[in-house]
Amino acid sequence: MTSGDRASLLDESVIESTLAAALRRGGAFAEIFVEDRRASSAYLDDGKVEELTSGHDRGAGIRVVVGETTGYAHTADLSVPGLAAAAEAAAAAARGGGAGTRTVALTRRATHNASTVQIMPFEVAKARKVELLQRADHAARASGSAIRQVAANYGDSRRRILVANSDGVLAEDQVVRTMFSVSVVAAGDTGMQTGRESAGHTIGFELFDAYQVEALATQAAERAITKLRARPAPSGTMTVVVGPGGGGVLFHEACGHGLEADLVAKSASVFAGRRGERVASPLVTLLDDGTMAGEWGCFGIDDEGNPAARNVLIQDGVLTDYMYDHLRARKEGRPVSSNGRRQSYQHLPMVRMTNTVIANGTDDPAAIIAGTERGVYVAQLGGGQVNTATGDFVFGMLEAYLIEDGKITEPLREGNLIGNGPQVLGDIDAIGNDFAMGHPGTCGKDGQGVPVGDGTPTLRVTALTIGGTAA
Amino acid sequence: MAELFDIAEHVLGWARDNEQVEVYAVHDHETEVRAYEGAVESFSSAESRGVGVRVIVDGKQGFAWAGTLDMAVLAETFADARDNAQFGTFDEHAGVAEPDHVEPAMLELFDPALLGFATEAKIDLAIELERLTMAADPRIVGIESAEYVDTVHEYAIVSTAGIRRTGRETGCFVSVYTLAEHNGETQNGFGWSVGRAPGALDIERCAREAAERATRLLGATKPATERLTVVLTPWVTAQFLGILGSTLSGESVLKGRSLFAERLGDLVAPSFFTLVDDPTDPDSYTATTVDGEGLATRRNALIADGRVSQFLHNAYTARRTGVVSTGSAVRGGFTSTPGVGAMALQLAPGTATQAELIAGIDRGLLVQEVSGLHSGVNPVSGDFSTGAEGLLIRGGALAEPVREVTIASTIQKMLHDVVAIGNDIEWLPMSAAGVSMVVADLTMSGA
Repeated sequence: MTSGDRASLLDESVIESTLAAALRRGGAFAEIFVEDRRASSAYLDDGKVEELTSGHDRGAGIRVVVGETTGYAHTADLSVPGLAAAAEAAAAAARGGGAGTRTVALTRRATHNASTVQIMPFEVAKARKVELLQRADHAARASGSAIRQVAANYGDSRRRILVANSDGVLAEDQVVRTMFSVSVVAAGDTGMQTGRESAGHTIGFELFDAYQVEALATQAAERAITKLRARPAPSGTMTVVVGPGGGGVLFHEACGHGLEADLVAKSASVFAGRRGERVASPLVTLLDDGTMAGEWGCFGIDDEGNPAARNVLIQDGVLTDYMYDHLRARKEGRPVSSNGRRQSYQHLPMVRMTNTVIANGTDDPAAIIAGTERGVYVAQLGGGQVNTATGDFVFGMLEAYLIEDGKITEPLREGNLIGNGPQVLGDIDAIGNDFAMGHPGTCGKDGQGVPVGDGTPTLRVTALTIGGTAA
Repeated sequence: MAELFDIAEHVLGWARDNEQVEVYAVHDHETEVRAYEGAVESFSSAESRGVGVRVIVDGKQGFAWAGTLDMAVLAETFADARDNAQFGTFDEHAGVAEPDHVEPAMLELFDPALLGFATEAKIDLAIELERLTMAADPRIVGIESAEYVDTVHEYAIVSTAGIRRTGRETGCFVSVYTLAEHNGETQNGFGWSVGRAPGALDIERCAREAAERATRLLGATKPATERLTVVLTPWVTAQFLGILGSTLSGESVLKGRSLFAERLGDLVAPSFFTLVDDPTDPDSYTATTVDGEGLATRRNALIADGRVSQFLHNAYTARRTGVVSTGSAVRGGFTSTPGVGAMALQLAPGTATQAELIAGIDRGLLVQEVSGLHSGVNPVSGDFSTGAEGLLIRGGALAEPVREVTIASTIQKMLHDVVAIGNDIEWLPMSAAGVSMVVADLTMSGA
């Protein structure tokens, strides 16, 4: 299955002829993106391994930029005629003038892989993957008689890409990701509750040297059981403390999307035109870092061929820069920030986050909680959503507790938190020194999903609106 | 289409005597045009083909897929699925769907006008949509996106049980996100129009509504927390129906993951509340005549006159439950096995317009948009909490706009508290139709 891994995804002569065909009708820029993706997954539910799935996808997308217009076409046919047809379709879509012949001199970029893979998941016996699911199922069910249902999911993927463009870039990358998740349903007098836990890294099967599936399963089960005695979340404005690793999605939504240059350029972001200004509490330093080896949002090169980068977006509360892809950077005459990503060869790249992290502060996390008279402690946040134009965002609380008199007390049922990005960033009054990464996530934008990571230390926001049902 | 069917048949021919095999082959073509500042921002032409193979041997299931119709690759894919089947857990109910002799509805879901619609005309539609939206109101200052999208979907599904189905469907839509500004404050609004072919698209309405949604939120503030009556707009109701539909899946019920698991026949909503899943309604954007296992789709009443009347089933969940499939096998493309789900939900409409519904409310909230609904709903416990924005209702009329509020309750309580459904059924680019719905006694959390 892994034969031919060493070979380039496409010959240089084919790349050159395809780029030339793409530029035949004119155009300022042409690019070919080749992708070969293998994935396998195994799913257990209701005590049964429902099935193992294997998949393989391979194809190329060709982009031509003429003036302000981008043409895009893709094909699963990587033969010379197949690629020529896609190049022709992309060029026709961009409808450029100034036809002529252009040749492209390619310079192959050095490869630096996102992380070292010790055990290729494709070389691991399928029976071992199935065994992980069964171990998780047993461990979760052993957590208590309240456990009614367990689902466990194993997934791995290997994505090889090649990017070449008319600027002469030629780069290749291989990214391997492995993940495991468990979700549990517990039942009690108050009805049913759910708990979830997951682990995922941009590494191989050695993921399971670092994580015991039993521990993940027990954690998920305990979350569900705890919630059985949870009371409805309060409603209204409260102080919120977010635990280490739990707050990344807050920044992803509160300002991450708003710092994407494509949205900024269309004035569809509340952060447009604010570079150099104070946009957050001086405690806040925010980075987007695609170089964090092994983390879920890392890679060797982005989907436009640029080496992963570490970008400071907010330094001590001041907005230092936005995130850029090729198109946006070229328009503004500045370097890219290696944030050009796409879901697959069937998609146009756009500005996307990688790993969004808040740098450590200096506060003792225990003191942050002790210093909060009344509020909510959120150990784990769920998914969120933002309207970048207004800055209003929401995200779910998966695991939350009341803080009373400086102590974490009763568990709370699920609810959404809502806030306004610029306001919340200003309302952060404490940041701990206990940085931790959060859970692997998928970020959706314009219908495309890409893997992203996030991380934060413990931090406190003085006012967020909690949408609970308690009066 | 014939080519796709022949390929599926050819792959099926590799099945051995002891194997149940199902082959699902798909060929999709999508065009997307985005306009910006009077020109084409991007034009994408996307074509994808692929096959998913399900193999069941001795009660164990395996699956594999490939994004190609190349026979050599499909042979490997078949071998992978066969190999994967060894590792499934034995399940006496595992297997492909058996033909049930229900004939698919005669619907014309393929409109050849779409194929004849010139690229230039698609571009003109997107550009005109942007122009109309910008011109709709002086406070409209920009466009986040204005797009035209069309799809041609062809499929073939064949199995060793004798399933032989093939079909094709077209669809297209326009949508626009607009930006309105006043006194330094920005709001945005969404507009859309759907159809099987471009002739059905109403770009004037799409532009006008997007502009209205954006401008009427200008000046929105965060109100005080209050319990009040809420009017969900069709767009918001459709999103709630999607979640309700997932709780009525036979799979959720079997696996103890549905809040309705033990409630078949129970009164869960007022008697005027009837929810059907009807993919055979040709007006539905997601109408289809064949489900993900090749059985005919049909009209299924899920909640009838306020009572839970039926759950949705595919062949597997039906066998395990001891009932017949409701033709509700759904697939996320060729890369996944058939699950269970609603395809085209709609509520039985009432008689009042949205304006008439509002006129009867003294203090309320018209919810124009919700956010984070999926992360905020627990389909097992029924708890939900969502961000919302919209307009307050005072003395039977729309009043000032509000933002940054949440509304929260449980699905169970909310269903009981539905007091009226409007007559304004609206077809959306999703698997549920919208309609205005009034719910009493919801908490709007604000300042």
